Amino acid sequence: MELLQLIIGGLANGCIYGLVALGFVMIYKSSEGVNFAQGDMMMLGAFIALGLGNSDQMGLPFAVAVVLAMILMFGISWGVERVVVRQIFGQPQFALVILTIALGFIFRFVAGSIWGYTPLVLETPFAGQNMRTGGIVISLSDLVTIGVTLVLTVALWSFFAFTRIGLAAQAASQNQMAAYIVGVPVMRVNSLIWGLSGAVATVAGVLYATRGAIDPNIGLLGIKAFAAAVIGGLGSLPGALIGGLVIGVIEPIAGRYAPGELAKMSPYIIMLIVLVTRPGGLFSQIHMKKV
Amino acid sequence: MRVVFKTSYDPDIDLHEHGHSRAKIAILLAVMVALPFLVNDYYLAEAANTLIWSLAGMGLMVAVGHTGQVSLGHAAFLAIGAYADSALMSAGAPFWVSFPLAGLITGIFGALIAIPAVRMSGIYLAIATLAVFVIVEELVIILEPITGGVGGIMAPSITFFGLSFDRYGALENFYWLCLAVVALVTWGYANLLRSPTGRSFLAVRDSEVSARALGINVTRTRALAFGLSSGVTGLAGALMGHYIGFFNYELFSIFVSINLLLVVTIGGLGFIQGAFLGAFLITAVPQIIAIMRDNLVSVGIDLSGVPGLDTMIFSLILVGFIIYEPTGLYGRWLKIRTWFEIFPLARRDMFRRQKSYLKTERMR
Repeated sequence: MELLQLIIGGLANGCIYGLVALGFVMIYKSSEGVNFAQGDMMMLGAFIALGLGNSDQMGLPFAVAVVLAMILMFGISWGVERVVVRQIFGQPQFALVILTIALGFIFRFVAGSIWGYTPLVLETPFAGQNMRTGGIVISLSDLVTIGVTLVLTVALWSFFAFTRIGLAAQAASQNQMAAYIVGVPVMRVNSLIWGLSGAVATVAGVLYATRGAIDPNIGLLGIKAFAAAVIGGLGSLPGALIGGLVIGVIEPIAGRYAPGELAKMSPYIIMLIVLVTRPGGLFSQIHMKKV
Repeated sequence: MRVVFKTSYDPDIDLHEHGHSRAKIAILLAVMVALPFLVNDYYLAEAANTLIWSLAGMGLMVAVGHTGQVSLGHAAFLAIGAYADSALMSAGAPFWVSFPLAGLITGIFGALIAIPAVRMSGIYLAIATLAVFVIVEELVIILEPITGGVGGIMAPSITFFGLSFDRYGALENFYWLCLAVVALVTWGYANLLRSPTGRSFLAVRDSEVSARALGINVTRTRALAFGLSSGVTGLAGALMGHYIGFFNYELFSIFVSINLLLVVTIGGLGFIQGAFLGAFLITAVPQIIAIMRDNLVSVGIDLSGVPGLDTMIFSLILVGFIIYEPTGLYGRWLKIRTWFEIFPLARRDMFRRQKSYLKTERMR
């Protein structure tokens, strides 16, 4: 029973890791770049929703606040791509890594100076509502988290697999020059994907905020989500979700049954094992190296 | 513009192109040696700190700047160096044994990690080093008998042939010790770069495929470079431990890794001089900010209530450099120097960056 309880809590946690990882994967899929600021975008999204929705701030209804926050974050991420990231178009991957790390610090500073560094709680309609079935307590926020994550993953997967823009984004990452030649507006597609990943990060942030207080440093969760994305194989959306779930479930179980600090290390140990045995992740998409 | 007339092949691989540049290095070294007589203790301590950071920066430069392996976890190697050195000294080893041993232990650890990690490329290696960093950080907390756990340990004070090199008791001696280590490592590094091994590092960085075609064992070269890189960083960590005096795992946070990356990128990727310029910037800017803050208070603007301003300013500097001057401070200096050297002939496109269009190896 205890194990089952741990697994359910872990699944919900894993969904949040998976959602942040989805943001990584989207940007990776469209521009082969890695956005290390994804965790901080999640943090910023959660804070914007809090600023709009909490009764002592703007006091908008919860649903309106979340949708507005998503739209705002879409705009912010789109703008960041348009103004900053586009400047280093054509530079090595490494430049983007450092650039986004710096951007993450800037986001953190902005959130810290607006909302302060003391933990705040987002007011949600489903706070404290639990269901009991056979000795297991399932909180409503866990269920919402799992449901929203599943829907979003399927939606994003079909976006990349079936829609025109999704396919264009993949083409842009597979061969930029060729994509240009066949008429894909590579730059505009990149901006759009960045905006979308900002919106997804907001959803992740709001779901994270339903499970506890938030402060500007929760962006460091991004590193764990990163491990999730790598376990699934950067570039595979379902892989990201599964990676997140693996980490989310193993972490509390290791915390309960394994000694000491192993729980904190477990995501990274799993990631290292995956990287060493299957360098491309579980859902590897690299089959051979071309010259 | 100086014309160098070469009469044999030897000058092609000389460390210094002509006597002039050799003299400049000698003057710089002489000034650095004489520094304790020129400035007060506060600036001397800052100078020692800058030297330690440039040592760590050189360590990372071998990996990032010269072999093209991005590491986000070099703080872990700093930590291993510091703890190994302190543990060996506490066990009774003299400093001249424990210090090289600390470097060696860190180097071997780095190479061991690198052997599986170098099979990955680019972004995956950066992530793996990040994971290693987190694991090392937790290990430091677990291995309490050696590392003092969360509480931290006191770095033993250094004594050499009866002379004290304590950071507080004899700051001049400690400074000279740092300077000697940095000078030796720099000399070795510069020489390494003109040896076949160093050239193979550059070849691997520029094109793995062509390096392999030229008969370079890519895996071995990358593991060697990573081992050297972590070894030098371990030496810096040992010195940093002595410099701080009392430290725990928090001294080696993820921010230190990122600061190190800052040192090499802002300084100038692929130039030894870059590590020094970057280290100077990273140790000087917080001081400048503090001074500016005091001055702003006197005109009525109080910024002391804004936490995280330093990191914010660092981040802005970093963004600016990545976008406008990816070759860093040293690259900018080279451009300015060239402009003066060939005065009326400089053109804007001489240093144009080449753009590359992305092509992935993913199939879907």
